[in-house]
Amino acid sequence: MAPPSKIYPDFAAALADIPDGSIIAFGGFAGPGTPYNLTRALLAQGTKRLTCIANTTGGAHQPRMPDIGMLVENGQVAKVICSFTAATRPTDVLPFTKYYESGEVEAELVPQGTLAERLRAAGAGVPAFYTPTAVGTELAAGRETRVIHGREYLLEYALPCDVAFVRAWRADTAGNLQFRLAQRNFCPLMAMAAKLTIVEVEEPILPAGAFDPDQVHVPGIFVQRLIQVPPAPEGLWTMRRQERAR
Amino acid sequence: MSELGWTRQQMADRLAQEFEEGWIVNLGVGIPTLCSNTDIGGKQITYHAENGVIGYGPVLPAGEEDLHLVNAGGQNVSLLPGAAIVHHADSFGIIRGGHIDVTVMGAYEVAASGDFANWKVGGAKGGGIGGAMDLAACAKRVYIILEHTTRKGEPRLVPHCALPVTARGVVTLVATNLGLFAPSGDAFEVHELAPGISFEHAAKLTGAPLKHG
Repeated sequence: MAPPSKIYPDFAAALADIPDGSIIAFGGFAGPGTPYNLTRALLAQGTKRLTCIANTTGGAHQPRMPDIGMLVENGQVAKVICSFTAATRPTDVLPFTKYYESGEVEAELVPQGTLAERLRAAGAGVPAFYTPTAVGTELAAGRETRVIHGREYLLEYALPCDVAFVRAWRADTAGNLQFRLAQRNFCPLMAMAAKLTIVEVEEPILPAGAFDPDQVHVPGIFVQRLIQVPPAPEGLWTMRRQERAR
Repeated sequence: MSELGWTRQQMADRLAQEFEEGWIVNLGVGIPTLCSNTDIGGKQITYHAENGVIGYGPVLPAGEEDLHLVNAGGQNVSLLPGAAIVHHADSFGIIRGGHIDVTVMGAYEVAASGDFANWKVGGAKGGGIGGAMDLAACAKRVYIILEHTTRKGEPRLVPHCALPVTARGVVTLVATNLGLFAPSGDAFEVHELAPGISFEHAAKLTGAPLKHG
């Protein structure tokens, strides 16, 4: 008997069984790789008490696309794990910042490389690791450090997730993924770290065997569900970001 | 904008002159980005971005950009021959593994000890770390570009950081609108002063002792 298909007809069907209280990782960095369509479907579904893992919560640029900040505004989020709770440039305003600063939402601020490595470690079966990053800063206060070969390192734990939302350029029916240019970013790491990886795919999904195995960026063993992004305006596509006047 | 000394682009230009042939360079958002506009002669520099884009080139004008390609500041850049793309864990493996020759970042404060602060402002609960702590802890060199004083005229080159630090003892070179300075433990050494800036003027605007380099 053929295995069940990984291809889902629409975003709502792909998300329907995600329970309240889930830990969800969102791929993407400044546009490329960001799962806008899955995020929009999650907003519509209204799933609550989420822990969201992502580099940023979004919302600093126009046009504003579905992002974690909107899930927060929609009352769906208990905690965010990210590398920015505020923007680097004071002229950029993240909608999330006021929710965090006022205590409405919890956040764990993690250096970007530590965030990536904690996800990778979760997927790779490494429970924790030592890193020189953040040693001597307020992030390391009261935490376990160790001197190895004369240098001080901070202990960081793996970050497993229930679900990963990622966006890929191409996929085959086996769930193998390819990214284009800067789309890759956190997406492969989140796919590895999650029990359930759901992918929005830009190009028509290809039959298994269509990819040269040497050119697969994420093997299908890490991918459970695929949905093809419909053409705009039904489907959401990355747009050029408009810089704020400064 | 300061009335005296270097403009933002001149600060970036001066620091970029320090880049050496073959260096792998990571530029932070803000003034450091301007280093990529600098003419540094025929030197071959490879720019690395946190999102795994290695070997990017100039920002492309609207209409010519590829929406799948951004640098760490979210700008739609081009790729130069020899470019490569890796995922975020490998990109930070490059950083943590000590393969970045220099990281150039902005900051709120730099201390004479080489500590610096650039992720959290006074009174905030959170902040924006991004890749700054990984880069600061692990790049071979950490250079900082910042205005010499705050808008209120308070020094940003200080004996000790009042704000939470990004890393300790890592900064070796600082470009400001007044010149080029090196933290040397309990003072800043002057490497160069911008045109029209006297030692006395720079010393008055510096929170830590200033020494002739």
